[in-house]
Amino acid sequence: MGISQTTVAAIRFGYGFHPAQEPAKNADQLLRQASAGARADLVLPVLGLADRRARLEDLIRTRRSRGRDSKAFREKRVAMRRDAVMEVEARVYQRALSPHGFFERLAAFWADHFAISANNAGRLFVAPTFEIDAIRPHVMGRFADMLSAVVQHPVMLTYLDQVDSYGPSSPAGKRRGRGLNENLAREILELHTMGVGAPYTQNDVRELAELLTGFGVQKGFQNFRYFPQRAEPGAETVLGKRYGGNPGRAEHALAFMEDVSRHKATARHLARKLAVHFVADDPDADLVGQIEGAWRRSGGHLPTVYSAMLQHPSSWRDFGGKIKRPVDLIISTLRALGANRQMAETARARKRASTFQALRHLNQPMFQPPGPDGWPEEAEAWITPQGLAARLNYASKSGQLIAKNGKLDPRQFAETALGDALRGETAFAVSAAPDRWEGFAFALASPEFNRR
Amino acid sequence: MLDRRLFLGVACSAASSPLITPVVFADAPGDRRLVVIILRGGLDGLGMVQPYGDRAFYSLRPGLAKRPGDGLTDLDGRFGLEASFDGLLPLWRSGELGFVHAVSTPYRDKRSHFDGQDLLENGNGASDGQLTRGRDGWLNRALAQIPGARADYAMAVGQSHMLLLHGDAPSGSWSPTNVMTLQNDERRLLSLLYAGDPLFESALQGANMLAGDGEASSRRETGATLAGYAAERLNGPARIAAFSLGGWDTHRRQQNAIRQPARQLADALTSLKKDLGRNWDNTVVLAMTEFGRTARENGSGGTDHGTGGVMILSGGAVRGGRIYGQWPGLGERDLYQNRDLVPTDDVRRWAAWALSAQFGLSRRALERDIFPGVDLGGPPGFMA
Repeated sequence: MGISQTTVAAIRFGYGFHPAQEPAKNADQLLRQASAGARADLVLPVLGLADRRARLEDLIRTRRSRGRDSKAFREKRVAMRRDAVMEVEARVYQRALSPHGFFERLAAFWADHFAISANNAGRLFVAPTFEIDAIRPHVMGRFADMLSAVVQHPVMLTYLDQVDSYGPSSPAGKRRGRGLNENLAREILELHTMGVGAPYTQNDVRELAELLTGFGVQKGFQNFRYFPQRAEPGAETVLGKRYGGNPGRAEHALAFMEDVSRHKATARHLARKLAVHFVADDPDADLVGQIEGAWRRSGGHLPTVYSAMLQHPSSWRDFGGKIKRPVDLIISTLRALGANRQMAETARARKRASTFQALRHLNQPMFQPPGPDGWPEEAEAWITPQGLAARLNYASKSGQLIAKNGKLDPRQFAETALGDALRGETAFAVSAAPDRWEGFAFALASPEFNRR
Repeated sequence: MLDRRLFLGVACSAASSPLITPVVFADAPGDRRLVVIILRGGLDGLGMVQPYGDRAFYSLRPGLAKRPGDGLTDLDGRFGLEASFDGLLPLWRSGELGFVHAVSTPYRDKRSHFDGQDLLENGNGASDGQLTRGRDGWLNRALAQIPGARADYAMAVGQSHMLLLHGDAPSGSWSPTNVMTLQNDERRLLSLLYAGDPLFESALQGANMLAGDGEASSRRETGATLAGYAAERLNGPARIAAFSLGGWDTHRRQQNAIRQPARQLADALTSLKKDLGRNWDNTVVLAMTEFGRTARENGSGGTDHGTGGVMILSGGAVRGGRIYGQWPGLGERDLYQNRDLVPTDDVRRWAAWALSAQFGLSRRALERDIFPGVDLGGPPGFMA
């Protein structure tokens, strides 16, 4: 099946066609799109960390002075939860509206690679700052810089318990009777860099945990801070190399982040992960090898790595091998409908969190991945009977909304959304639908709209 | 000619012994039921079933170790159940709940949740977490060996994809959070849409099986709703059900963090008993986790990833009210890599005996196909 490069670029490497945006036609244009995305401002304004911190502190103060059951506290908490949800919603619109689809996909890839979870309103309120502060500035830079930003971000330090890790022999550890927490150190080696099959040992995990002691978050809310009095005294040996000494400094652990970013196991692990995410659940070994080589030669310079992926012919073959995750399904629906700033602002003004709700029904609730390894990649994890049932519910509800709110022709919609990936069977079902809304629903439920 | 009394005698003792030859149940899938619960995140066996009789325990866990009468209920003079799990005590007292202590899968050393869970569900014997070639679930391979098992014989309940039941043998799946409503003509056009795409086709078949005629519901997944649906299916055509309960990864403030998952577990087991009614008598429930947690508490009132831990046995068909397993001790020299409880037995062996007892699977199939490399040894005697 020969699908055009433009369609593959839009659907596999972007969030799908948008009737008001010029699609990228090849690898070079995708890379230019990513570079432009790195320079562009966010489409929708976001609340800064300082504002969020002030809101949270105000909430905590109200709880202390007026009590947990007071009307003032309850109202503020409800308002914060609603605003947190709207902020999360704004992240979905960012991806749908941006003309730099490949950049947004890359940002989403890395945000999922360094997965974080927010299981209460306070955490949800600060969660979006993680991608904005630690991921997006480095998507078109060096992996080592992204990793360093990640291990200094309050959201990650809190999520993986680093804030509770103390050197057992450090002054603060001894005084407070506290010790190590290995969680972040383990996930850095297992998930973020080398991968679980790589030759590191439990001892490396332990030594890295010691090296990371001191990394914490300032009391109140919430900035990275290095606490020398929590740092385990002396040097640590991780992967056979000594780091640090007295007094402990954040730079010691950051030097390790620099080294592990260039490690050949990291190059292999991340080359494969990129290929799995963008191209195929079981990618061509030659493609993985080409990406890995670029990683090793460039020391993890990410634009070089992406370029190696896009230049390989198998990145453009076998369209449809990947299943869109629910969030991508929703974003590509919004794009096919020509989502614009006005739609986003209307949703925001009405405080309607429809995508937030839809994602919950589709079993991909925002900022709640099943674990620090992020969302599953493989097709079989998403297209289960209950997963497909949820997608069909989504398709029929969306189809009804689209039909009610406009004069769009379902056949036109299917062609806009899918380009030359639209199959005859789907075109037939869309036009044979007894009702107009069902035409939209069939387009959204079609295999080619759910694949990439 | 066969002596009738002798024959009955053999049949009865066979039914009450875990050593059932496949012949006994070859004709009919029968009444026996199995529920497997995967406890995701690494249940702290030492925190749940506390070895208060082991002196070393209190120096390893100054903040988390309890004493009988003070946050701990004595179980057998050596071990006590931590108070967050009090909801389980009625089952223990009625002899329908037991524990196997100091067990684990064969997975060692890397202590990764994800590899650990995959191995737990795949059932291979590789300490590095390598899966069997088919990369399927052990319960699915077991299903393939049960004569007469149809697609509705086994159900994975809940949204999360379960490797445990994944594989060539057909099985169903269902979640309390999504019920689909479809009209007939929609079904027809959808079949057309999905013709030639096997993944979508087979998911649609499964979805049609679980389509309801009511409004789409959005019930939450809890221990009680998962167990309730499992029981509903087990009272119908299903004989095997599996679901997951999460929240066990208690790296910090374990005392608080454990309460919610502990309640979910107690809710799940008590709901199974209540909803299964008389069928509970023929039911074995196994709850197992990817690894135990460190013997010592960590620097933040929690525990990190470890090795040996606890497996939970429940159901009317088990001989509960006792703690099985070989206790290795918690002294400095007893610990695995000076940090974890040493596993003295393989959880797969206990699961294998449960499969043998409930469905008559042969020793050969269990040791070779279902749990490659497991040594079944003698019957562990946990069946009532």
